[in-house]
This record gives sequence, C-alpha cells and structure tokens, in this order.
Amino acid sequence: MGEFIVNTSGAAVPLAAYLIVSLIMFFAGIYGFFTRKNLVMILISIELILNSVDINFAAFNRYLFPERMEGLFYALFVIAVSACETAVAIAIVINVYRKFGNTEVDNIQQMKK
Amino acid sequence: MAEQIIFFILAVAIALFSVLAVTSKRIIRSAIYLLFVLVATAGLFLMLHYHFLFAVQVTVYAGGIMVLFIMAIFLTHRPGEIVDRRTNRKVKSSMLLSFGGLIVCGYIIVQNVTRTYSYVKEYEMKMQDIGYAMLGTGKYQFLLPFEAISLLLLACIIGAIMIARKEKSVESTDNKDLDK
Repeated sequence: MGEFIVNTSGAAVPLAAYLIVSLIMFFAGIYGFFTRKNLVMILISIELILNSVDINFAAFNRYLFPERMEGLFYALFVIAVSACETAVAIAIVINVYRKFGNTEVDNIQQMKK
Repeated sequence: MAEQIIFFILAVAIALFSVLAVTSKRIIRSAIYLLFVLVATAGLFLMLHYHFLFAVQVTVYAGGIMVLFIMAIFLTHRPGEIVDRRTNRKVKSSMLLSFGGLIVCGYIIVQNVTRTYSYVKEYEMKMQDIGYAMLGTGKYQFLLPFEAISLLLLACIIGAIMIARKEKSVESTDNKDLDK
C-alpha cells in the first residue's frame, strides 16, 4: 500500500478497524478449526473464516475503489459458494452419522466399510 | 459519532461471539453464537452502505445456512450434549498459532493501512447498477461468474442428494442384521 491515496473524507470509521474485526474473526475460525474434533464444529469454524473474508472484500471495495463493485460481487459469490459448501458438507456429516453413529473425527477410521 | 458507537458495538459483538462460538462446549450454543456473528456482519455491510449485500447476508447466511446447521445438529446430536475437545497440548499449540498470527497480521495492518483510504460519504449504489453489472458481458461485468455459480448450485444440489440418500442394499442388509 502506498501513500498516494489521500485521506479525503473524514470517514468516521477507519479502514483498519474493519480489517482488525475480520482478523479476529478469521483467527477465531483458525483456532476452532484446529482444536475441535466434531465435524459440525469444524464446519462452523470454516463459516467464520469465509465470513471474515467477505468483510475484507466489502471494506476494501468501499474504501479504496468506491466507484467500482468488484468486491461486492466477489463477496456475493463467496456467499453462494459457501452456501454450496455447507449443503454438501452437511450431507456428508449426516451420512457419516448414519454409518458411524457419531460425528467425531477421531472415530472415523475409514469412510467406506 | 453515532456511526463510531454503532461500529464499536458491532465489532465487540463479532469478536466476543466468534471466540465464544469456537470455544463453547455445547454445540447448539456454538451455532447460535455463529448466528449472532453473521447478523453483526450484516450490520457491518449496512454500515458500508452495501444494502444488497446486507440483504443477501441476512437471507442466505443467517436464514438458509443457519437452518441447515441447526437441523444437522438436531439430526446428529442430543441437544445439550457436551462435546469434548482435543488434548491439552493440541489446544495450547493451536492457541499459540492463532495468537501469533493475530499479532503479526494486526501489527502489519496497524502499521500500514491507517493512512491510505478515501471514503466517499453517502455514496449509495443503485440496484439497477448492480443488476446491469451482474448480467452484462462487458468489462467489469459479471455474467460469466454468475452462470458458473448457477452451475455450481445445480451440481451442489445433485451432489448433496447423491451423498445423503439412503442406499437401498445397505439398508436392507442392516434390517436383516437387526432382525437376527
């Protein structure tokens, strides 16, 4: 980032504040992804990570290129992709539960019996 | 000033509830904390004047995905069941990793990003512009990713049905086993 973009605005909230908020959300997701061993909890952590990326897209688009809308559209597409991912992953979770009786990662040794 | 207060409330809610969502012992509480995080994120989009993104976030995330999560939890867990976590060492090492990454990235953001924004006040995007940009084929228009997303949604529907349906032969053998 260079200093050629001048702060023209007196915006009430600086860009760094949005980035810090999404950063906290992102690393909370990373922590949950590493520590939890329930499949649904891992999925919740992935949702947190994807959601923090959405905030970054929207904030960068609004603050750095407010006349364009690339960030808006990429946030929309990320939301759609994460909806797909959640639907398929929950189908897999329900199938795993049907085969093994629980959804802990440690107990799943082999996917096809 | 009011804007700053609202942002502060939303930011504190997001930080608090996202940490609670990954550390809560009961899985249904984690899902509800995730719902709060998603709604607060929708509030951040509203503060950025992205009204369409706000609506999509509320309907798709806080509406659709959360219903999927809660139904999946009710199908696979007893409500109120305490799910245990990994061993202590694993928790410590991943906490170290998360805090280290948080501090490094936070330092980079605070050092570099503070002087470089230009915010256009009260600039609101018209819905027609979003529609034209989504369904045009020119430069800075997004018909191709839109179609790719529609294909992806179709593939996702078919894949989810293929994965989650009951297999007839396995089902019948299971029933025989139960009968014995």
